[in-house]
Parts: sequence; structure tokens; C-alpha cells
Amino acid sequence: MNLTLKIWRQKGPQDKGRMVDYKVNDISEHMSFLEMMDVLNEQLVNSGDEPVAFDHDCREGICGMCSLYINGQAHGPDRGITTCQLHMRMFNDGDTITIEPFRAKAFPVIKDLVIDRMSFERIQQAGGYISVNTSGNTQDANNIPISKHAADEAMDAAACIGCGACVATCKNSSAMLFVGAKVSQFALLPQGQIEAAERVLNMVAQMDLEGFGNCTNIGACEIECPKGISLDNIARMNRELMKASLK
Amino acid sequence: MTLDSKIPKGPIKDKWTTYKDKIDLVNPANKRNIDIIVVGTGLAGGSAAATLAELGYNVKAFAYQDSPRRAHSIAAQGGINASKNYMGDGDSNYRLFYDTVKGGDYRSREANVYRLAEVSGNIIDQCVAQGVPFARDYGGLLDNRSFGGVLVSRTFYAKGQTGQQLLLGAYSAMNRQIARGKIEMFNRHEMLDVVIVDGKARGIITRNLITGEIERHSAHAVVIATGGYGNVYFLSTNAMGSNATAAWKIHKKGAYFANPCFTQIHPTCIPRSGDYQSKLTLMSESLRNDGRIWVPKNMDDAKAIQQGKLKPTEIAEENRDYFLERRYPAFGNLVPRDVASRAAKERCDAGYGVNATGEAVYLDFAFAFERYGKEQAKIHGISNPSKEKIIELGQAIIEEKYGNLFQMYEKIIAENPYETPMMIYPATHYTMGGVWVDYNLMTTVPGLYCIGEANFSDHGANRLGASALMQGLADGYFVLPYTIGDYLSDNIRTGKISTDSQEFEEAEKEVKDRITFFMNNNGSKSVDYFHKKLGKIMWDKVGMARNAEGLKEAMAEIKAIREEFWKEVKVPGDANEMNLELEKAGRVADFLELGELFAKDALDRNESCGGHFREESVELDGEQKGEAKRNDKDFAYVSAWEYKGEPSDAVLHKEELEFKDIELKTRSYK
Repeated sequence: MNLTLKIWRQKGPQDKGRMVDYKVNDISEHMSFLEMMDVLNEQLVNSGDEPVAFDHDCREGICGMCSLYINGQAHGPDRGITTCQLHMRMFNDGDTITIEPFRAKAFPVIKDLVIDRMSFERIQQAGGYISVNTSGNTQDANNIPISKHAADEAMDAAACIGCGACVATCKNSSAMLFVGAKVSQFALLPQGQIEAAERVLNMVAQMDLEGFGNCTNIGACEIECPKGISLDNIARMNRELMKASLK
Repeated sequence: MTLDSKIPKGPIKDKWTTYKDKIDLVNPANKRNIDIIVVGTGLAGGSAAATLAELGYNVKAFAYQDSPRRAHSIAAQGGINASKNYMGDGDSNYRLFYDTVKGGDYRSREANVYRLAEVSGNIIDQCVAQGVPFARDYGGLLDNRSFGGVLVSRTFYAKGQTGQQLLLGAYSAMNRQIARGKIEMFNRHEMLDVVIVDGKARGIITRNLITGEIERHSAHAVVIATGGYGNVYFLSTNAMGSNATAAWKIHKKGAYFANPCFTQIHPTCIPRSGDYQSKLTLMSESLRNDGRIWVPKNMDDAKAIQQGKLKPTEIAEENRDYFLERRYPAFGNLVPRDVASRAAKERCDAGYGVNATGEAVYLDFAFAFERYGKEQAKIHGISNPSKEKIIELGQAIIEEKYGNLFQMYEKIIAENPYETPMMIYPATHYTMGGVWVDYNLMTTVPGLYCIGEANFSDHGANRLGASALMQGLADGYFVLPYTIGDYLSDNIRTGKISTDSQEFEEAEKEVKDRITFFMNNNGSKSVDYFHKKLGKIMWDKVGMARNAEGLKEAMAEIKAIREEFWKEVKVPGDANEMNLELEKAGRVADFLELGELFAKDALDRNESCGGHFREESVELDGEQKGEAKRNDKDFAYVSAWEYKGEPSDAVLHKEELEFKDIELKTRSYK
């Protein structure tokens, strides 16, 4: 198929940036979206132009690097996938496709479609861990029985890949699904109880400091999340925050 | 230089304990004055950085991605082995040790593997304490499953995302230390050379991938944890950015490179669909617990399938060839990866492949749906369930176990694997070879360590499933933090290492010159053009089956591509900003050297063992007829290559392998 691409080009953080049109031809429907971008870039390199910078790494939907906003949707027009798992069979010959970076105040653009997600790192550093040193003498793993239900629910929350689609999708640029997922994972497990109050207070404070907005219960984040992280996690975080604040 | 593996004396069961008791330690006050650089922050690097910081060292950690959480360890799906024997099925440290040595086709170092088995249980304890949500049974205890090449269930898992959860565990431990200031984290930085001062590794040169700035970093010791070199094939299950540059640079500065030809071709990957393909996707080996692998028995059926005239579900049971079960009745679909891959290649080469390219076999879950469905019907007290009900109940169980894998498959192939069998084909996945290290995980350069997939040590010629995660975390959490102290105890009076020395100056200049060269070369071909060309030679001539003639051709052809690369490569853009083509150019330049050494090593090793299959070395008769033939008399050694300029001039050093606790036997899975 032949396509027109409207792509956000921005030389660096200080550059204003603009949409630029490109044409790509003979795209197979079996290609992944990023393979289509590879074709474009090969074309650009061969004609002496600078290729479009975009983040990607594992190309199997787990590393969370890829972060394209395609036709107005984080990770494009399919559900439960990252950009790298999007396939060209979702598009038709002759389509015009708009490609932008994930946009939020807390995700400044580094170049073209590459964004800076250090705000997520700082939130994790504020409390996204259990304080246990490495030693060969932690208690035996089976000494902490955890109900299958709790373990499964914690796993579902822990499945977050930190891509930022939730933020890019939210009209308030809220990171509460991302933060809620980490808070929930530990809140659901006995190992996480000891530091629960401190954790939620610190992570939420850092989230606010980074300039993310608040949740107004629209639920778009849950729909666009490639890993299906549930809105329940935000509710659980709020409950944890309430509990911690009353202490 | 003679190789000294520094294996402690004494019985294998006591080596590690006795060694730890006697090792030199650095006192806590002195640790505060010692800096350690860790390059790469996947499972091995991340766990090492966190643990070293907990101990009190000042750690500087480097990752080319924007966060340690992106490292490709995250893509490991199936699980992590540990000899906990929670299932009571006869597992023990010795059995895990034995399985790993046997699975590696007797080309690994006994003492290292035993230590790995010994600390495997601690890893699970540590991860659970960190809040890693491993799968549990209804009683609240940890669940296990089985992987290829073993007869027990010792694999711990977190759905199909075990690597992700373990990496996030190490990442969270790192974050705690970053917050305390004990780890200084350098995201989006790539190491471009190591700096050696007075024969010791004392720092690295990096490029800030956002600003293009070339930086000097010094430390008392340098740890390389940058993963494997599977991307030398261009197409592999590795991440797009996975590269060998750090490992190759240290090789060029004196670290020997061991067993480069030992590469794992994983049997269960999604087949290739076209020339535009950028990478291959792995489907976890755990699928072989429940899926049965087959191709049509009759050539006519195979042809019809390839032409799209026949569906797999239309082929009757008696017309299917479950070739793994046929050839290896004892292990069936759970033979080790090298054996499964070669068997699939054999059937496809014979013309029985099942997709348009003829390079695919089926992985069928229909039996598992029925088996689990019947069990569920009993559990739920459904008497006389209909066939549909059974399948529905069974599919729910499979979905719970492998749901994300089935979804991933459907997204890529656009076929529903609940309704039709999956198609799979082998792909490059893991490299057992890597930088040579001694028992302390130190390379041949003092103060320079190498851990995780980047080193060569524990998996011999073939790695068993769910052992990569185990090794990465064993090295990072439990081995390196001890052994590095032995070296650093001599460094407590060294003081801060200056970056204003001539050695740093020279290393930086070398790095800058190379970048300037790329930016000014103005060639006519993109970096990918050369990478794809290299990949094709590697796959065709240094892939699943190798012979002397092909390997010699490969060496010559790779050399020719390398020469063309330096003349014709084109890198657009600017060096002083984010430049993805420049990053790729440096990595491919190194692959073009490594590939040739890889072929040279494969040529030297005229035996078939593990993932390395020489067509000249095959069993000619008896029960094992047609199987790979190992040659212990001539090749029971680790090949450690010393850099001498051109890869073809590399000098071979042999570390003879001694097997005292395991009898060398022909590896039989029949």
C-alpha cells in the first residue's frame, strides 16, 4: 500500500517543531508499524536526509520504549498493544497517517518523536521499592504465603511497562495509572505493608512535583494502556493515600 | 599469558563456601572511598549495581536506554530455575548442576555451574522479599513448571513475564540506591571504550546519546554487563539496540573472548514473513510444556499447506509427524533447545515446512485444551460435558498460563492460535560465548569484570531454558559482590582515579576520531545495508549447521563487507546531538569484526556440541545415528581468543575443562 505520513520533526528541545509530510510506497500489510518507519528512514538516509528519531528497542511489546501517538491515539488504532506491535494491516492503501510524540508537560521532547520520561524515573525512586538488602539469608520464599488471588492481582498491576501511554492519553496528563499500578503491586503483597504509608505519600508527592495532572475518572488511560492496567489501581492508590494521610 | 581460571581447591560442594570464608574483604569505611562502574543495567548489571551500592561502594551505572527498566532482560518470558525442590520431585543442587552441565554438552566449567546451582535458591528468596509477584498455587505457596532438558519442575514464573518482573525487582533495588545517592545513574549513555591505566581497568569513555558529548568516567573497577551478541545475525530475538560494543572494545584492550561460536538458536520463534523484517519474536519455551510439535507426514499434505490449499486442522491424526516425540521418546517435546531447533530444520530442509516459505513447523495446543478441559470439568463437577464445553474450559486454563503469548502471536500473524496451531521456527536467541572470565568473574584484564550473558561461563555449548535469568541474577546479587571485594581490598589506598591522565586522553581521542570519521565519510550506503548483509552470511554459513568450507567463505566474505563498510558507510546528521544512525554505525562496525572471529572459532572447533553443529561431526551408526557427535578427546576446552589486530589473526588460548564430578557421556534425550 502507498501512504502519506505527517510526522512531527523537532531538531532538539529548544526547536519549535513542525509537522512534515512524507510518502512511503509498497508497504506490506504484514509489516509492523515500526518496520514501516524503518522503510521511511532507509529512504531518508539514502537521499541524504536525516532519519526520523523515534524510541524503540525490544519490538515485542515489553520494554516500553516505543511511544508514538498515531492518528490521535497513543500506540495507534488497536487495543492492548504497544506501537511496535501495531501492524500495517490496520491501515488502508492511500491513508494519511499522523505521527506525533507522546505529549505532556512532564515528557519534554528530546528530538522528533523521542521524549524524556525521567519524571517516571524520579517517581519510582521516591518509593517504588521494598527496602530489602541483598543477602543469602532472607527468609525462605515459601515462608511468606500469599493467596493466589492477591499474587495474581499484584502481577496484573506489576505488568505496567512504564511507556507513558496513560499520560499521553489523559486530558489532564495524569500519571495516576502509572503510579497507582506500582503502589497497588506492593499494597497487595504482605512484603509491601511495612513501608506502605511512606511509599504512597512519597510517590504521590513526587508525581505532583513533576507536573502531572490529576485524575478526573474519565478512564481513557485504561483503554489505551497496552497492558490493560485497570482503573482499580487508581482507586486503590487513593485509598492507600487516604489511609496514610490519616495516620 | 596462560589462563588461570582460579578455581578453588577442595570438593565441589565446599568450594564456594570455603572460598568465601577466606576471601579478602573491604571494610565499610573504605568502601565509601571506592568507585565501581557498571555498564549495562539488565538483570546482571542492575542486580550488581544495587548490591554493590548496598554494600557501600560508590556505583556509576550506565544504560543506553532511557531507564534500566528497558533492558532486554525484560523480554524473558518463561521463568527462572532454582533447585528449591518445592515440588518434592527429586530436585537438588547437584541435579541442577548436573542438568546444566549436561544440557551445555559438557563445555562449561564445573565449579562455576555448581556455584550457580548453590545460590539459585537464594535468588528466589531475594526476589520474593523484593515483592516480585511469582505465580502461586491455591495454598499460597510458589508454583513451578517444567522446562526443556530436565526431568523435574524447578522453574519459577510470573505469568509469561518473568524477566520483566525480575528486572523490575532489580530496578526497584537500584532505585532505592539512586535515591540514596549511592548509585549515580547515567541513562542514554553508551560506553565506547575502556581505559586501562598501569594494566588495570580504571574507567570508560562514554557518549551522551542526547547531547553527543564524549565523557570520561573513572573508577577502581569496571564491570561489563551488556548482554550477548545475537544481533550479529541482524535478525534475532534480541532488542534492536542490543549490541556487542562494550564486550568487543574490552576484547580489543586485552580481554580474551571465549567460545564465540556457541550461540543458541531457539526453536520456538514466530517465523519470518518478509525481507523488511527487523527482528524475530520469541514464544516462550514454556509453551512446549503443553504444545506438541508436528509437521505433515506426507509430502503432498505439506505441499498443499505451503500453497494454502489445506488447513492443519484438516490433517488427520495418523498423517501427522510429531517428530520430536518420534525421535526422542524420553524427553519428547521438551528436549533442549539445540536439539529441538535442529530437528525442526531437518524436517523443513526435507520439504515438510508448513508456511509459504517452507520454514515453519506447528506447535499445537488442541490436546492440552482437551486434557485441561476434562480436568476442569471434574473439578467443577460437570458430568458428561460436551466437547465444546471441555475445549472452552481447557482454553481458559491455557489462557491463564500463556494468555499474553497467544495474544502476541495473534497480533503478529493475524491468526487465532486457539483455533489453529501456532507456526514456529528457530531463531538466534542467546549467546553462550562471551568475554572469558575466571572463577571471580574477572576478565584477563585486572579490575575488569564481566557478568551475565556478556561472559561465557556457565552454559557451555547450550543454555537450558530459564537459566539465563538465574545466571544473570546469581552473578549480580550473589557472586560478583563477593569476588570483587577480593580485588578491591588491594585498592583501598589508591585514592580517587584521575581522568586527567594520558590514558584517558588517548582513549577519548580514539573514540572521537572514529566518530569524526563516520560523520565525514559520506559513503553511499546505510548502516543497515551492511548489517543485513553480515546477518545473511552469518545465518547461511555460521547458523544452525556449519562446515569448514562454508566457514572459510564466511570469514572471507565478512572481511570483504567490513572493507566495503569503511569505504561506503553513510551517517547523516550531526555528532553533537541525538543521532541514531551514528549509534548503529559504531555497533555494526564491531559486529563486522566479531562475526569473523565467530566464524574462525566455529572453524577451529571441528566437533558438534550443543548449539554448534559441524556437518563433518555426526554419529554414523547405532542408536544415536544422525545426531551431533561431540569429540571430548580433542575439544574439551574453552577457546579463549586474544586480539591481535585483524580477527583472523586472533590467537587461541585453551582452558582445558576438567570433569571430576560428572562423567562425560554422550548426551542422549532418547
